[in-house]
Amino acid sequence: MKSILEKNSFQPKDPKPCQNLMGTYLEASFNWVNDRFPVLDMWNQHIAKYYAPKNFNIWYIFGSLALLILVNQLITGIWLTMNYQPSAESAFASVEYIMRDVPYGWLLRYMHSTGASFFFIVVYLHMFRGLLYGSYRKPRELVWLIGMMIFLCLMAEAFLGYLLPWGNMSFWGAQVITSLFGAIPWVGDMLLEWMRGDYTISSVTLNRFFALHVIAVPLMFVGLVVFHILALHEVGSNNPDGVEIKDKLNEAGVPLDGIPFHPYYTVKDLMWVAVFLIIFCAVVFFAPEMGGYFLEAANFEPADALKTPEHIAPVWYMTPYYAILRAIPNKLGGVIAMFSAIAVFFFLPWLDRSPVKSIRYKGILYKIALGLFVICFVLLGYLGTKQPTPMSTIITQVASVVYFGFFVLMPWYSRIDKTKPVPERIS
Amino acid sequence: MSADEMDLGRRRFLTATTAVIGGVGALCAAFPFAASWMPSARAKALGAPVEVDLSKIEIGQKITVAWRGQPIFVVHRSLDSVQALIKEEGHLRDPLSLESAQPLYAKNRYRSIKESYLILVGICTHLGCVPLFKPKVGDLDASWTGGFFCPCHGSKYDMAGRVYQGVPAPLNLPVPPYRYLSDTVVMIGEDSVQGASV
Repeated sequence: MKSILEKNSFQPKDPKPCQNLMGTYLEASFNWVNDRFPVLDMWNQHIAKYYAPKNFNIWYIFGSLALLILVNQLITGIWLTMNYQPSAESAFASVEYIMRDVPYGWLLRYMHSTGASFFFIVVYLHMFRGLLYGSYRKPRELVWLIGMMIFLCLMAEAFLGYLLPWGNMSFWGAQVITSLFGAIPWVGDMLLEWMRGDYTISSVTLNRFFALHVIAVPLMFVGLVVFHILALHEVGSNNPDGVEIKDKLNEAGVPLDGIPFHPYYTVKDLMWVAVFLIIFCAVVFFAPEMGGYFLEAANFEPADALKTPEHIAPVWYMTPYYAILRAIPNKLGGVIAMFSAIAVFFFLPWLDRSPVKSIRYKGILYKIALGLFVICFVLLGYLGTKQPTPMSTIITQVASVVYFGFFVLMPWYSRIDKTKPVPERIS
Repeated sequence: MSADEMDLGRRRFLTATTAVIGGVGALCAAFPFAASWMPSARAKALGAPVEVDLSKIEIGQKITVAWRGQPIFVVHRSLDSVQALIKEEGHLRDPLSLESAQPLYAKNRYRSIKESYLILVGICTHLGCVPLFKPKVGDLDASWTGGFFCPCHGSKYDMAGRVYQGVPAPLNLPVPPYRYLSDTVVMIGEDSVQGASV
């Protein structure tokens, strides 16, 4: 039995796969490049001869979809920078200019803003898939950790980008979130001035958020995505059964339950891309504001440093953490709880002590725990968009306790949970 | 030692010293990048002091002026609200302003130089929203004696900007440095006593 960590070694059998399609000159050009750069090796290693488990279900489309949205954000983002002006005097007006005067500017902006919300929808589903099938378990801990770093980049991108339209909610959202760092003892106030570059959120802050949003974070983002995929292809994909397909190989060293990513999963993913684009375009064209959840009403007024909107709420994808922040009637405590709610995901590979990976073979305890976690996550997200009332504060506090309980108690309930026997191979 | 033998100790020493010196160099090179994020000379200049004529504020009224881009509340307190300050002190988190930020001359019950004029930075010490001015008795609930209410997360302050217990804001609203140029004119953003702020 070969070690699962052993590197795949795929040899190209036929270095001229396209003989019938390409003319001699084309083939010669391809060979000229391939002799100098490993085009074919890379194609084989990551696509044509990357063997993925044969039992992927719909939960396995969200990685590809996230990549698609990343490309959408990069391209529409580059086009938006061609007309956007990052200064307090002209930012709001330049966004209006994009919306009204630039040919198809409205489409580019709505694709970008809708893309932001869909990025979170897809990534949350992608992460939930990991929770369902134990995709973070050994040997995929690093895939999970890199994925969490991508998630941090995504939240940073969303936060930084939200200031750029320079609407009143942009301004006060940035004001509230940067104020979080003011809670840090001793250095908090200095840290605030350092982050904002001024005594309050100003044109200086806007300009640097623009720089971070359009180049610094996207560079890290793309790099991490490459690492995420390289790490995944090193250890191989998990699957809904949580069975390691690399444990059973044929004589050629190919997993018995594996199928090549291309054409099997490229075609499957393309089919779901079509479905996704129908939904995505429907929102872009018919409901880009999504009733105030994707684009908030208060942001249609320019930033006003002297007037807070009546009700401050972040965009929907941040509200679960915002609700946790509000649940604690202490500034520093709230800030710590909020950051912990995200940080705790990093420890998941070492919290899960179950002998099995997939929920299919896990017992009732994990199913209840995961169910409660999802309910509380959605509940926190919903309450985070609403004005706090004494009753909702209590519900938020209970939901926060359950949220953290899912993680903190996992070493205990995952160990005593009654699991079912895992089959040798994917059936 | 012959010429082709390796001196591992020497190699380790050279690697370590190179790494340490290189690391120090990298940190030094990183400093200007980090320091470049501090407020620029222009941002500091734009934070110049502002002059406010108090005689134009009627009793019980509040005006908001901008200093360093921040909202500064200037309130002309009535005698009633000045007298009410003592009543609520049992419910305040920091009634003596021991933890909170203010110049020494405002570190008193009224948090001001003159009892009738309150000058505050109108930024909630929780997460930086602008609190609303609720001067009327009974405005928020039956026991309300007037003060400030933050709409974001429900923090409450009394008529001296002192925070109530049981709300998320940890500290009293800060008092900016200011000084009286005459009986009715104040300069906000500078004080006569050097180093008297905080």
